[in-house]
Amino acid sequence: MSIGHVLLGLLTERPKHGYELKREHDDRFPGVKPIAYGQVYATLQRLERDGKVAVSGTAKEGGPERVVYEITSVGTDEVRRWLAEIEPPAPYVSSALSTRVVLALIVGGTADGYLLRQRAAHLERMRELTARKNTAGISAGELLATDYALHHLDADLRWLETARQRIGELTKEIRP
Amino acid sequence: MTLLEARRIEKTFGRTHALRGVSVAIESGEVVAITGPSGSGKSTLLHCLSGIMCPEAGEVHYDGRRIDTLDEAARTRLRRDAFGIVFQFGRLVPELTAVENVALPLLFNGDGREKSATVARDWLERMDALDVADARPGELSGGQLQRVAMARALVTGPKVVFADEPTGALDSLAGEKVLGLLLEAARVNGSTVVLVTHDNQVAAHADREIVVRDGAAAGVVA
Ligand SMILES: Nc1ncnc2c1ncn2[C@@H]1O[C@H](COP(=O)(O)OP(=O)(O)OP(=O)(O)O)[C@@H](O)[C@H]1O
Ligand SMILES: [Mg+2]
Repeated sequence: MSIGHVLLGLLTERPKHGYELKREHDDRFPGVKPIAYGQVYATLQRLERDGKVAVSGTAKEGGPERVVYEITSVGTDEVRRWLAEIEPPAPYVSSALSTRVVLALIVGGTADGYLLRQRAAHLERMRELTARKNTAGISAGELLATDYALHHLDADLRWLETARQRIGELTKEIRP
Repeated sequence: MTLLEARRIEKTFGRTHALRGVSVAIESGEVVAITGPSGSGKSTLLHCLSGIMCPEAGEVHYDGRRIDTLDEAARTRLRRDAFGIVFQFGRLVPELTAVENVALPLLFNGDGREKSATVARDWLERMDALDVADARPGELSGGQLQRVAMARALVTGPKVVFADEPTGALDSLAGEKVLGLLLEAARVNGSTVVLVTHDNQVAAHADREIVVRDGAAAGVVA
């Protein structure tokens, strides 16, 4: 996935200027790191060079004059082609937790303490996210992003429990 | 204030040592999740805390009173007065309709038929299950059964609500809905809640987690 595709997608609604794109990106993808304005600007320039967007005019709403971009038919084709694809299932899942378990066994001979502390930290984060879901007036977009985070933390927790049950085998392998 | 406490309790079934000296203390007004792998003793702990079973060793205290030494009749009275229990597999009476099942605890407590039925309907409505009031348990979906079982547990306004895998049979959104209804009703009632679950997303609704492993508390994590 690239910022270019995201901006093209947002431009299919109507022409927009760079600042508007930044604001919409941050509002609509609340689980994602906010995008820097400089990155929006650089991406729009590249998309314009490639003929995927074109300048359609300028807008002045109180503030400075801003360049408004519209999507071209090349851009529309590109975003539709991209949407027809899938994200590749990650071949190397982030393994920071797994690395810690192995190193805890190598260094200290036990991972029990680590597994309990990691579980507590994950669950605490899940509690915060659950509480956020219950706040009044939360947007559907934010709910969806929060659910995504919750399901991933849940997957980590289930892996931690499986790891705990396998710790005997692993210990034999690491410290025969 | 500690409302409910187990002190080093032990429980065996034949050769199975289900609880091996678990201690837990639950504060008034808390929502606590008891989690742990299958077979670790969660349901057994819940049954001992709620006076359904008595441990062979250790003590159970509720509201400043030792309850594991009370006789069957006294424990039954305590459960009817102060506890509401949602069992792991629902345990509704199959011959009775949903509303009759929910009214049952009120009838046991000596309320009249008509009043009991009215209050029962009211609780079914709060649990979003009024539409199945006149159906029998055999005709209900997993989610509907859970809602009816929750209404039955809450109908007497208990001091403590025990719920054993209350969302067990449900997908994550349906489970969240049902759990939300339970916790909201408990909050309004001012009830303390003890949730047994192996679902982390359910546990994340609680203020605190107690992890049970092989019949012992593996670390009480705030
Ligand atoms: N009435 C019973 N008779 C015989 N054994 C029992 C009885 N109740 C529980 N056990 C045993 O005690 C142990 C703990 O059971 P318990 O039902 O408390 O586990 P649990 O943590 O609730 O498991 P699950 O997550 O599968 O519901 C298990 O080994 C189980 O077989
Ligand atoms: Mg159980």
